[in-house]
Amino acid sequence: MTIPVRKFDTLVIGAGGGGLRAALQLAQAEANVAVVSKVFPTRSHTVAAQGGMNAALANVSPDNWHWHMYDTVKGGDFLGDQDAIEYMCRAAPRLVVELEHIGVPFSRLDNGKIYQRPFGGQSQNFGGEQAARTCAAADRTGHAILHALYQQNIRAKTHFFDEYFAIDLIRDNDGCILGALVLEIETGEPLIIQAKTTLIATGGAGQLFRTNTNARINTGDGMAMALRAGIPLQDMEFFQFHPTGIAGKGMLISEAVRGEGGYLVNGDGERFMERYAPNARDLASRDVVSRAVATEIHEGRGCGPNKDYILLKVDHLGADVIRKRLPGIRDMVMTFLHIDPINQPIPIFPTAHYTMGGIPTNRFGQVVVPQQQGAEDIVPGLYAVGECACVSVHGANRLGGNSLLDIVVFGRAAGNHIIEYLKENRYGRTVVAQHSIDTALAHLARWDQRSQGVSNETVDGLRNELKAVMDHYCGVFRTEDVLRTGLDKVLKIEQRLQNVYLKDHSKIFNTARIEAFELENLVDLALATVASALARKESRGAHMRMDYPQRDDVKWLKHSLFFKGGQLDYKPVRMKPLTVEGFSPKPRVY
Amino acid sequence: MSLRAAFSARESTGEILFESESMLDRPRLYWQCRRGMLELDILLQGFLDAKFDVLTTVEQHAFIELLDYPDAILLEYMLGRMIPTDQRIANVVTQIRTPVAS
Repeated sequence: MTIPVRKFDTLVIGAGGGGLRAALQLAQAEANVAVVSKVFPTRSHTVAAQGGMNAALANVSPDNWHWHMYDTVKGGDFLGDQDAIEYMCRAAPRLVVELEHIGVPFSRLDNGKIYQRPFGGQSQNFGGEQAARTCAAADRTGHAILHALYQQNIRAKTHFFDEYFAIDLIRDNDGCILGALVLEIETGEPLIIQAKTTLIATGGAGQLFRTNTNARINTGDGMAMALRAGIPLQDMEFFQFHPTGIAGKGMLISEAVRGEGGYLVNGDGERFMERYAPNARDLASRDVVSRAVATEIHEGRGCGPNKDYILLKVDHLGADVIRKRLPGIRDMVMTFLHIDPINQPIPIFPTAHYTMGGIPTNRFGQVVVPQQQGAEDIVPGLYAVGECACVSVHGANRLGGNSLLDIVVFGRAAGNHIIEYLKENRYGRTVVAQHSIDTALAHLARWDQRSQGVSNETVDGLRNELKAVMDHYCGVFRTEDVLRTGLDKVLKIEQRLQNVYLKDHSKIFNTARIEAFELENLVDLALATVASALARKESRGAHMRMDYPQRDDVKWLKHSLFFKGGQLDYKPVRMKPLTVEGFSPKPRVY
Repeated sequence: MSLRAAFSARESTGEILFESESMLDRPRLYWQCRRGMLELDILLQGFLDAKFDVLTTVEQHAFIELLDYPDAILLEYMLGRMIPTDQRIANVVTQIRTPVAS
């Protein structure tokens, strides 16, 4: 079987903000760039980011990049790499201006400067008064950034492969990554995209959980592809949950509802937050409220016939207040639950929101793997940026407004580094190892070679089961027993995956086949997440162990690394910034 | 070629394309309903599964046109914050927003 080959300087896998920012940098430098995306590029999940992008412009409150850096280190519960965090916070103001110059219509103040809104976790003067650091294009910042980047890429002649699904990375005999085997969804035909450099920018893996805020495309394909290529995944136990997602569906109900006086009740009608946070009650931080909701349900005090959700009450606020101050939330609830919060409480459950972990990289976006004695090697030719990567600027918990910043800063940084690499490797490596292609093709063929057996397993059925297991056993409520049970269940699902077969083996737009590949990816990532969470015997940021409620800097101030096959390793946190003194761990109090 | 363009091209030749042919394009439509936001995934894929087959040809065409809109605009339509000016599109949006009888 002869597979067609297309050759480029750089292959970018994923067309969200991170991939497109890198592609633009490269295309403007006249590199020959291919972007592969499984959906039309402007339907990438970046479009869903409403909040904004942090940068210490000091347009609304006094501010500087060093305060932003402090907030990011503290918000990440001191697990973030401080060299990368310094780099990101220093670059932020310039990148906001750059985005504006390519067409992002940031909201303005009356004096003409860019408007900035305050977000949680932002402070002046290293933990002092609230700062206002988030630049926004109304409530469509992600949409505005994604569309501007896409249009600029079209102008710069980036080559788009829309609706192509990446199967596996390919490499030469020295281990240098030389592109990927991809599948054209429309025709079902494979294609080798050979490139001197490859950038993974495939976003997060929120679809690991039944209740999540992520688009259904977020199946962590790039992370799983890296794992299959022998690269470990870093800090996968850190998954950010938002306390109030619509139960059973996942969409966010903003904190604004509790800010306006809404409160949570359990199945006994009790305002239980008073027990968990006597002062802040329903306005306690996200992790505290998420944990309280999960505990109430876990201990049998949930609502409904299955006692599997909590109620968010707002009806006492009155119709006028709800109509005037919470119109968007009311629209959302009426559209998705077909109830009016003026009359009825909203069923909620903590919802998985953001993958802090991912493919380990340095601040240039180069993928790194551990060597002996704590040193690191780069994987030649391979880069990763955005939610699929772990650079690590978010540490154990991401701050609002830092994810859009992450993708544009490191998308650009990776683009710049690749430009230098291409200059130094003008002719590149040209010989892809046959065994690498054979392995990728075998992976591609696997689903078509399976014939119907006695099993009734289906892709949909197993995926739903996996997501339910992750909700129950690797969500907010984590203990040794819960996680161990979860690991056993995910391992069984991994075995049962071998019994799943496809009913339809046609090639043309066989979306069931694509979903089977996505399920494989999710199973690998579920194992990485549960195993890393089981091993980390402390509570830090988004990872809350009920049986180890304290942060333990002596034993656990280190990054986890999970390898396919189940081995775990660890590497130190980079506590030394580029030019300033590092921030030492201290209690994270707000 | 976008879905809309494909349908228009076939329409211009006078080809009758609905009923059986729309079914042939069903997987393609399903993939077009995969968007950048969970809210849109749920509403559009749910509508495709539950109601697309019983739509009139005009309504099916309007749904396909709707899928070419940017996600941010679609969300405004779906949450009822904006109403499409094209009455055919507005009608299909109303149907998507109407709960399926259980």
